[in-house]
Amino acid sequence: MGFVSRGFVGRPEAREGTGLLPPGQYDIGDGFPVLSAGPTPRTALADWDFTISGEVDEPERLTWQEFQDLPHEDVTVDIHCVTKWSKFGTTWSGVSLDTLLDRVETSADYLSAFCDGGYTTNLPLEDVTGGSAWIVDRYDGEQLEAQHGGPARLLVPHLYFWKSAKWVRGVALSGVEEPGFWETLGYHIYGDPWREQRYAGD
Amino acid sequence: MTPESRRLDGNAAAGRLSDVFVFDATAARTRCGGCGMTAPLGVYHVYADAPGMVVRCPTCEAMVMRIAQTPGHTWLDMSGVAALDIST
Repeated sequence: MGFVSRGFVGRPEAREGTGLLPPGQYDIGDGFPVLSAGPTPRTALADWDFTISGEVDEPERLTWQEFQDLPHEDVTVDIHCVTKWSKFGTTWSGVSLDTLLDRVETSADYLSAFCDGGYTTNLPLEDVTGGSAWIVDRYDGEQLEAQHGGPARLLVPHLYFWKSAKWVRGVALSGVEEPGFWETLGYHIYGDPWREQRYAGD
Repeated sequence: MTPESRRLDGNAAAGRLSDVFVFDATAARTRCGGCGMTAPLGVYHVYADAPGMVVRCPTCEAMVMRIAQTPGHTWLDMSGVAALDIST
């Protein structure tokens, strides 16, 4: 497709051909492209909160300080963007979704992440639990930059990176899957890079 | 480079929209469904480096249009457009 922005030049790296690169992807090396569907939101930390809403016994709201006080985990993972770049060994720090979702009672099977700027993405609950997803606020030892989704973004590294929503402000739990921003515009509802689920019907 | 510095104007969407419309969409006077501002689509803001192309109002930044091309399909969401005035 023709929407990849200028300067995304693939180059062969050592990991290509090792089985670590999902089909159709290339190793971008040290680069970290910024793909954005709008202006960068800049929410003051004093105004930031994270809410867990929808089909829960009692909605939960955490301020920035309350979020900071939760146990953080260091995570090193490979990430795979649907525009075909992959980046290996990225290091993040954040709060596991297990820790956050333990604060509510729910019988939901899905969640929608919602974000400053209006972006949404949908995920099965089982894909964000069991140590597979985090709300991260640090990247490479530094506070997460706004252009990469700071103050906090979702990190779901086993799915295409559009699922790792930038500027996340909460999750809404539901018994039905509600397709998100790209999932309603021709992109795959689930987005597994190893099965190359880029587009609806893949 | 920030997302804002990579932002394009609506003429960048001309090629994709010519897949859909028989007229030059960039000249169509377009009313934003968010704030009601009316201007040719060519002066709207386009964010083209996401998986699809996102067109936003230059006044209120509301999303007026999304365009994505997937194999064999062009997807167009115009739910943020209140009206298009096309000169004939």
